[in-house]
Order: sequence, then structure tokens, then C-alpha cells
Amino acid sequence: MTNAAPILAIDGLTMRFGGILAINKLSFTAQRRQITALIGPNGAGKTTVFNCITGFYRPSGGTMTLVHDDGATFRLDRLHDFRICKYAKVARTFQNIRLFPGMTALENLMVAQHNTLMRASGFSLLGLLNAPSFRDAERDAIDFAREWLERIGLTDRADDAAGNLPYGDQRRLEIARAMCARPALLCLDEPAAGLNANESAALSDLLLSIRNDIGTSILLIEHDMSVVMEISDHIVVLDHGVKIADGAPRAVRDDPKVVAAYLGADEEDAAQVMEQTMEGGA
Amino acid sequence: MDYFFQQLINGLVLGSIYGLIAIGYTMVYGIVGMINFAHGDIFMIGGFIALITFLILVSIGLTFIPVILLLVLLVAMAVTALYGWTVERIAYRPLRQSFRLAPMLSAIGMSFVLSNFAQVSQGARVKPVPPIITGGYTLHDSGNFAVQLSNVQIVVVVTTVVLLAAFTYIVSRTRFGRDMRACEQDQTMAALLGVDVDRTISMTFVIGAALAAVAGMMYLLYYGLVDFFMGFIAGIKAFTAAVLGGIGSLPGAMLGGLAIGLIETFWSAYFSVEYKDVAAFSILIIVLIFMPTGLLGRPEVEKV
Repeated sequence: MTNAAPILAIDGLTMRFGGILAINKLSFTAQRRQITALIGPNGAGKTTVFNCITGFYRPSGGTMTLVHDDGATFRLDRLHDFRICKYAKVARTFQNIRLFPGMTALENLMVAQHNTLMRASGFSLLGLLNAPSFRDAERDAIDFAREWLERIGLTDRADDAAGNLPYGDQRRLEIARAMCARPALLCLDEPAAGLNANESAALSDLLLSIRNDIGTSILLIEHDMSVVMEISDHIVVLDHGVKIADGAPRAVRDDPKVVAAYLGADEEDAAQVMEQTMEGGA
Repeated sequence: MDYFFQQLINGLVLGSIYGLIAIGYTMVYGIVGMINFAHGDIFMIGGFIALITFLILVSIGLTFIPVILLLVLLVAMAVTALYGWTVERIAYRPLRQSFRLAPMLSAIGMSFVLSNFAQVSQGARVKPVPPIITGGYTLHDSGNFAVQLSNVQIVVVVTTVVLLAAFTYIVSRTRFGRDMRACEQDQTMAALLGVDVDRTISMTFVIGAALAAVAGMMYLLYYGLVDFFMGFIAGIKAFTAAVLGGIGSLPGAMLGGLAIGLIETFWSAYFSVEYKDVAAFSILIIVLIFMPTGLLGRPEVEKV
């Protein structure tokens, strides 16, 4: 029996930096096992929302509630630091990739399994004694990491330093690393940025398989409208820190306010939206 | 030639002690980017704890030397680790979000606190102990000069090698080691993956202090004395060793320690004892001119 409550409910989220209102009373929900996209022109406050969710910023107001499948409820606005990943099980990626460049691809995925291993190692004690239960857990963690490497096609490069991988591989590795933390909610900040058309298509497939096969809920910030329109179940549009549209991809795409926001904000973005709209409509 | 080999042995022993201390500097620098100036005094505390434990064990009637040494080692490591943990907790962690110089100044203050604490509680005089490990081997006797390898030297080098092997295993193969390296590269990201960064940093100080305690005990065994001021110059030397090897690099710290130990010993043997420190620091300057990141240091990875 799956929980019917939305995985993430944001209510009245406000973030103020000095006199600047970056996010103003934002409310939306992300449904369980769905891909929710957060879009909007540059500077709309999308990444700020992510930073609030993952505890980077302490919101000036509002609540963020995360509900696990088993009904466990977490107030993200009250959790801090590593606890957001450890207890609420939220993992994220960054616009500019933040792998551990000096560690191998496999080690990057192992660090993400810290909490699983921490429990198995009896908070280091059993680990120091090299107890069988800990060795098993360590082996499971390596298997799990290898599974993910295979899924993203990096099995051959498991022992290469993450910083030496090509850009596209680093992007996929960062997603795999977030998934190795076994998150309930995966937050992706522009995962398609800098990818070519083939890589974007592969990324869409990866995200769909995360949703369909693993059942992880995804919150996605993305500028690449082809990706957004193809895979999102639900789109929230932000402009100047305010929600201007919220709904299914088709409805959002045709919303005049959305088109205007993109037109008013940045010619390039607007042109892109119009172009995607044409393509989608044809 | 015999004289040369003798100095080589002496230099390696001294270098092992420097290397053990230098690891503490380099680890802490790697993970929090600060120089822990109190680390030399942690080494001194380690020496005192070893001395006190030794006296207690002897006075309750233990006579079997290997057992005594093992117990002293364990107690010194544990108690000194507690000092390291406490220093981090009260003097550095509250300042972590502060400007970059604040923890460094706090570290200098902590260094004074520790050495004065030792002076007040243990007295200012040098504390000698009778040789605990005696005997040794004559490796080669050419008639007018004999190359000696004492048992103390063997104990110092073997202990260092064993501890380094264990330590290298921890850093490169275990969960804690991975967490530590992850925190070293990107603390925020490590926290986002559920790693408790504060705890990992604490553990880094604990391990560094435990290694310094071993160095303190080895110093006590080798030189047969401790005093409240010995942390200062040994600390500076070990810090030099860490910089020479490339600060942030663990094999670099050991290599730097050995290099400083050898330079000092050979300079004392062939030139003048008075200028041995000058020699060590001169070599440091020359190396840094040509290799600014030290022998094994990597250029700083830009953090985004």
C-alpha cells in the first residue's frame, strides 16, 4: 500500500536575502513517484528553492514537509546539514558538477552509502574489528555501486579519478552518486546542462527509469525544454520568486503567462520555449 | 663508511618520530585547511602521559617490559587522543565559520595553554627516565668504529612502520577513510550525502593526536626525557617536514619527516651541531623555491 500523500509539500516558502525577496510565499507539491519540474527564466529562484530543500539556506518563512512511503514525516525547514540526507533521504546534484574529483568513480558512489555502512559498522566499532556483518555490508555497498556504474555505462572507468572523466560521464556519475544515497526524493539541478542531443536523450531515459523502475520521486530544475516536456509529470513555473503556473506539461506550455515570462525575461529563453512549443504541437 | 651508516640509522629513527608528528599536521591541514599549531604540544602531552603511565605501571609492580610498553602505548594514545578531541571541540570548532585566521590564532593560543598546563602541573624541570629498552646489536666493527643498532631504535622504527601501515589502510580502504577524503575535497557535498562532517573532523584530530602520542612515547624511549617545552621545536620541525613533503599529502609527511631527520643528523655529524636547524630550514627554503607545493604535494584543486 503506497502512501497517497505527496512526497514533498511546500507551503508559503519565503526566502529573503537582506532586502531582496528571492522567493515569495511559494507553495507547490511534488507527487510520489513522479517527475516534477521546476522551470523559469534565469534568476527566478529555482536553485534557491533547492538550497532551501537541501538545508543550504534556512528559509525566512514557510514549511517544507516530506513524507516517506512508510508515512514517516520530516519538516525539512527544521532539519539541518547532513541530517537532511541521513534522515529525510533527500539527495541532490548541482548545476556545476560537485563530484569528489580526486576519488575514483567507485569511491564517489561508496561515500554516498555512508549511512548504510555506518549502521552496519556499528558506528565504526564493528568496522574496526572487521566483523563479518560489516564485511558483508561493505561488499553489498560495492555491488550496489557497481550496479549503478553499469547502469550509467561507466563500469570500465570505476577506478579512474572522477575528475578525469569526460563531462557527460561526470553528470551521469553525479546522478548515480545521489541515487546511491538511496533517496526518497532526488533533486536534480540542471542535469542536462552542457549535454549534446544524444546525451540529453540518454539522460531522459535514465531519469524515466529511476522513476519507473526504482520508484524514486524526482524534483528537476531544467532549462532544456525538450527534456522537461518529455519526462515531466508536472511542471511548476517560477518567475521572480513567485509561482506563475502549475500543472501538466501541455497546460503549462500553452499558458500565456509562462510565454510572457520567458519573453519578458530573456529573448533566447523565449525563443527556445516558442520553438519547443512548435515542435511539441506539430 | 661505517660512520655514514651509523648516521643513516640515527637519521631514520629521528625522521620516523618527525614523520609521525607531521602526519597530524598534514591531515588536519587537508581536512580543515588550517595549521594546528598546538599539535607539537599534543606530542609533548603524549610524552608526559607515556611517562606517567610508565611510572604508575612500574610502581604497581609490573616488570615485564613488552607488556609495560604495550600498555603505555595504548594509554598514551587514548588519553592524548582525548586531548586532541577536546582541543578541536573547544578551540577550533566554534571558529570554523569565522574568518580564516581565527582558528590559527586560536591554535597558537592552545599551544601556550598546553605547554603552560604541563609546566604548572608537572613542573618546569626536565624529567629523565632510566633507559627502558637496553641492549642492541653491533652490525659492523671495523676496529676503530662500530655501527650500532640499538633495540630502542628497532622498536621506534618497527612501531612507526606498523602504525603507518595501519593508518594507510584506514585512509585508503575503510569507510572512515573515504569519508575523510570526501570531506577533504568538498565538505558541503559530503554533508549532502549524509556524512557528519563535524564528526569526521573530530576523528581526524583524534587520529592525529594518537599518532603524536606514539611519537611522544618514542621520543621518551629514545632520548630518555621529556619536558614541557619539547613540543615547540619538535612541532616546528614536524611542520617543516609536512610542508617539505607537500602539505596535505600523507606519504609526503612521512617522506618529509625522514628527510628532515636525515638532514639534521648528517649535518650534525659532518658539519656543526649548532647549525643543524639552520640546515633543515635552508633545505626547506630551497625545495620550496623549486617545488612550491613540496615534494609530493599536488597543486591545489580549485573548489567550485
